[in-house]
Amino acid sequence: MTSLVGRRIFLALVTLFFISLIVFMGVEALPGDTATAYLGQSATPKSLAALREEFGLNAPVHQRYLDWLGGVVKGDLGDSMVKRKPVAELIGNRFRNTIVLATAAALVGIPLAIVLGVIAGLMRDKWPDVFVSTTSIVGMTLPGFVTATVLIYVFAIRLEWFPAITLVPSDVPVIELLPNIVLPIITLTLIMVAHILRLVRTNMIDVMTSDYVQMAKLKGVPYWSIVFKHALPNAMLPTINVVALTLAWLLGGVAIIETVFNYPGIGKLMIDAVTDRDLALVQGIAIILAVIYISLNFIADLLSMVLNPKLRTARGH
Amino acid sequence: MTVASPTAEEPTTVKRRSPLAETWENLRRSWAGMLGLTLIILHVLIAATSPYWIPHDAFEMNAEIRNQAPSAEHLFGTDKLGRDVFSRSMLGGRVTLVVTLVAIVIAMIWGGFLGIVLGLLNGRADELIMRLVDAMLSIPWLLLLLIIISVMGTKMWVQTLTFGFTYGILTIRVARAATLDFVTDEFILAARARGERKRTIVIQELLPNVRDVLLVDGSMNWSWMLLGFTSLSFLGFGVVPPTPDWGFMIAKNREILAIQPWAVFGPVIMLSTLIIGINLFSDAFAKALGLDRSQGAPV
Repeated sequence: MTSLVGRRIFLALVTLFFISLIVFMGVEALPGDTATAYLGQSATPKSLAALREEFGLNAPVHQRYLDWLGGVVKGDLGDSMVKRKPVAELIGNRFRNTIVLATAAALVGIPLAIVLGVIAGLMRDKWPDVFVSTTSIVGMTLPGFVTATVLIYVFAIRLEWFPAITLVPSDVPVIELLPNIVLPIITLTLIMVAHILRLVRTNMIDVMTSDYVQMAKLKGVPYWSIVFKHALPNAMLPTINVVALTLAWLLGGVAIIETVFNYPGIGKLMIDAVTDRDLALVQGIAIILAVIYISLNFIADLLSMVLNPKLRTARGH
Repeated sequence: MTVASPTAEEPTTVKRRSPLAETWENLRRSWAGMLGLTLIILHVLIAATSPYWIPHDAFEMNAEIRNQAPSAEHLFGTDKLGRDVFSRSMLGGRVTLVVTLVAIVIAMIWGGFLGIVLGLLNGRADELIMRLVDAMLSIPWLLLLLIIISVMGTKMWVQTLTFGFTYGILTIRVARAATLDFVTDEFILAARARGERKRTIVIQELLPNVRDVLLVDGSMNWSWMLLGFTSLSFLGFGVVPPTPDWGFMIAKNREILAIQPWAVFGPVIMLSTLIIGINLFSDAFAKALGLDRSQGAPV
């Protein structure tokens, strides 16, 4: 088991290295460099050259990559030339806000998804299943901005229950933030529930039609005992990975929802950074989100391993 | 094959319908699948013919009829610049449809090909490229698209290539996994034992088997691509105005959501019906081919 975990850690590090390379090169290829972004309209060829010299932009690409990577490893994400602040400082509160949003959505969404998924799985092809499954496809594949816009129309404009956009500064305490973000939470929850419940349903169907459940049925084990004691724990195991993947995926796509609701999170910051050609900021956000993605996957793998005796001895792929 | 043993009277003429006809038979029995297919065909028809029958000039601005509610003259009302929302909604999917349809074919071809080859080689190159694929997929999808689009620009053919390339990365995984499933099967082992060349194995033995998986993956991938494309368009990284486009229309007309909601509902209805149509169809298509729609986030 230790060697398996070691191998997973090694692979995660290799993946991270590739990510840093892709992100750096991709951002590097963006038209316009930090100096032009910094000077904006007032740029002259002379001032640009001077600034490039000052920022060390004239160093060869691989040198700058290594410098940047060295900083990242030590926890220094560099400075944003556009906003003239350290990247870490800019990300701080925004990141917390996105985590608040995602956590709230996960706390509501994951239990709901499991309950609905189990119900749909147990009532396969009957109307509750058809209803839940079809709705979940819609909720999952409609772009977040469509769902959000419809919710805003119904709950903010028509019913006037919740504010349509978030009008709080990015550094207010969580308690003051929450009442303002009911609609973003609902939007995110809908998408999350749709993703997770579909997998719970599939797993439930797989387990309920498996040999050992058939055997238990033949032996006369009561139905609900089969469901809760035998089927559910086994159906939950693969769900751990999906929950991690979905959370990570949502962090990547949450930018759209944050933009719709004008929510001061990391996603909105990311879009602004790309628009402003704020290279250091884009790189910093990309690395942070990628690390979260990989960590979530890693934790999910580890959890599955701990909970599943078969995987503990199996060789990893 | 578990075909019933041929009867004594007809030893060799067991009638087998072509796989295509069989799939179609299965598909026709699913009302959801047929509804999905109808929606898709309707959208393609609208996109292809709308310039000839839309009631108003989609670009003509008229300050006197700004933000008007729906009427007989303007079915979905008018937008902030006095343009006819219905006409713009009908035209709004043209770029999206062309870009995503061509891009999905590109994605299926290059991702499918590379995935099959990797699954077959299953060696050091496979290991390395899969790490790269993992790395690409670990970058938030929206950021990846934003960076590539910012670098490459928003010309239509450039966007087509961008989406074809990016979403092909997802296909590599699917094609590779499907290949690995088949590689250890007896018919491949037999072909290898016969000493057939790798290329022959890929084309004659593997491709037909992986094809079904790829087709289902492609149709699902199409809806993810639509989600990505319209999201970028919503953020202003897509179709250049004043060309009507659903994502951008929704973004702009949100400003008048309280006064003239139909300026938003028009493109929302069009975009939603297309995406729902594709998904209903994909689901039924997968079942008709005997594959269960593997589910999960695209990235």
